[in-house]
Amino acid sequence: MENPENVIEVRNLQIDFHTYAGEVKAIRDVSFDLRKGETLAIVGESGSGKSVTTRSLMGLLAPNAVIKNGSIMFHGEDIIKKSEKEMQHIRGKDIAMIFQDPMTSLDPTMRIGMQIAEPLMKHKGLKKKEAIAQALEMLKLVGITNPEGRINDYPYQFSGGMRQRIVIAIALVCYPEVLIADEPTTALDVTIQAQILDLMKDLQNRIDTSIIFITHDLGVVAGMADRVAVMYAGKIVEYGTVDEIFFNPQHPYTWGLLNSMPTLDTEGGSLTAIPGTPPDLLDPPVGDAFAARSDYAMKIDTEKEPPFFKVSDTHYAATWLLHPDAPKVTPPAEIVRRQKKFAAMEKPEPPIKKETKE
Amino acid sequence: MPDERKKILEVHHLKQYFNVGKKDEVRAVDDVSFDIYEGETFGLVGESGSGKTTAGRSIIHLYEPTDGQIIFNGKDVSKLHTKAEMHEFRREIQMIFQDPYASLNPRMKVKDIVAEGIDIHNLAKDDADRTKQVEDLLETVGLNKDHSSRYPHEFSGGQRQRIGIARALAVEPKFIIADEPISALDVSIQAQVVNLMKELQEKQGLTYLFIAHDLSMVKYISDRIGVMHYGKILEIGPADEVYTHPLHAYTKSLISAVPVPDPEFERNRKQVVYDASREHDDKQRRMVEIAPGHFVRASEDEIPMYTKRAQEAGLVTDFPHN
Repeated sequence: MENPENVIEVRNLQIDFHTYAGEVKAIRDVSFDLRKGETLAIVGESGSGKSVTTRSLMGLLAPNAVIKNGSIMFHGEDIIKKSEKEMQHIRGKDIAMIFQDPMTSLDPTMRIGMQIAEPLMKHKGLKKKEAIAQALEMLKLVGITNPEGRINDYPYQFSGGMRQRIVIAIALVCYPEVLIADEPTTALDVTIQAQILDLMKDLQNRIDTSIIFITHDLGVVAGMADRVAVMYAGKIVEYGTVDEIFFNPQHPYTWGLLNSMPTLDTEGGSLTAIPGTPPDLLDPPVGDAFAARSDYAMKIDTEKEPPFFKVSDTHYAATWLLHPDAPKVTPPAEIVRRQKKFAAMEKPEPPIKKETKE
Repeated sequence: MPDERKKILEVHHLKQYFNVGKKDEVRAVDDVSFDIYEGETFGLVGESGSGKTTAGRSIIHLYEPTDGQIIFNGKDVSKLHTKAEMHEFRREIQMIFQDPYASLNPRMKVKDIVAEGIDIHNLAKDDADRTKQVEDLLETVGLNKDHSSRYPHEFSGGQRQRIGIARALAVEPKFIIADEPISALDVSIQAQVVNLMKELQEKQGLTYLFIAHDLSMVKYISDRIGVMHYGKILEIGPADEVYTHPLHAYTKSLISAVPVPDPEFERNRKQVVYDASREHDDKQRRMVEIAPGHFVRASEDEIPMYTKRAQEAGLVTDFPHN
């Protein structure tokens, strides 16, 4: 490991998918670190490669996927080189995952207590009785009311929000070092979403898990993440602390994402949509993949791929706009507003969650 | 302030119960009343199970309402008995659905999907006219005419939603019910579809009932908002006013739960928890106009409290109760 604080180090990851139409270059040279105890959010549109990246960490890629290059270091060992059997010892124990849809990630024919107890019996060698007892504790922890009465219920007897709590209980029951949450609240209502996000933050503090949080909802990212990586067309185009990405973004794609959301202050008029659609990764464009949809594209963007330019020690962006020879451009008004806020910002205080009852 | 605008839709005491009289009776929509004015966008928000989708489906008469009146363009919808009347009604109201994958027949070409309404209502003179209409519609929604002979699977989510919009527009409706039209789309594409809907509204004078759970987007697209919870509307008012000065505790909790793309705001977020049990106290509640055009479902003894809130928010100085 390059840095002792890192739990996972991904380097130069490159993944192709064989399809009838040809090779889809889904992940094109992705590198990132996950630090101990942090929440790293990966944001991007569907097809940007955020889910594929994290599935590769779990060894859960589809059979037609080929890892062309790169390494995923976890505890000094490369996950890519591990066999399926070795992965089964890591999955659910050291690295656990929460999926988007709580309706389909539970076994409909199995009582929920048993589903939570299963990883304990498999990974920790607990007897059924002990495992069920711990499952009960876990149900309490994730806030299921009357856990004793519900431990023998089936998934269909729970609402969507409660099911996602059960999924979280299963994922965390072995106290994994890394939790991958792939759009864990997208299928839920906002009030339930707020509860689940609070629960995840609370549990993270208690069991000191590092979280990789995948979402396309920038509002959720703003509330959950310590650091953010923005993905586009199979690449990370910008990464930094949550404040750096939201208040001092540098890549035109990050600008576009932030600009296309209505904020509290947005009045009538039209939203600034990003025109067009993401490129076809069967034949990825040369240069900056976002250039075709960007108002800020320069000639070099269609010729040569931009390297990462350093903005601060923690903030990097892959856009030619940061090259010393690039012309000065003015970002969209909303981004300028955010950057002004950034310039005036002091060091952020640690997050405090307040609740008022009405 | 009397409203001079024409009401295109009036919903009076709509009730939509399922399994009536049985043990598992569900009161999905329970005594809901609201009006929609011509040319406006009315946003109906609520969580899943609040009855917002059912309300939309009752309005378009996909369900037979248990009780209440739906008046569209001056005509009582439940009194449309002949096939011809129903036919005409269905031409004037169209629907856009949430799931752009499930709402398009995968075995039909785009041109046939878009032209289905044109065929049913005999709106095309001949084949050439039909083709022209389809091509114009595709252009209107930002697709191109070469797309007309393709199948739905060849399109992305945002493009499919555009096809759904083209299909709805094909019969030149006056009123469109959009049930969560952008929830399944990516953020950058959501803005495209919302902008398209706004543009079409301006050009064609459409009226929208926009059903959604995403309050920030609803606030942005709507002129007025109705908030539903457990089958009842709890608050109705001008969109900005409801969003910035919600009067009902449930609306407050709903708005406080919306994630905002601003880390500073999120760090200081105050989540308001709503206690639904206070609604179950057997008190008679009705919609009371607390501030001009701003209604809250309240019991008699709650009115002073809401009025005080409205005064504090500067929504009203001295407003008589009805």
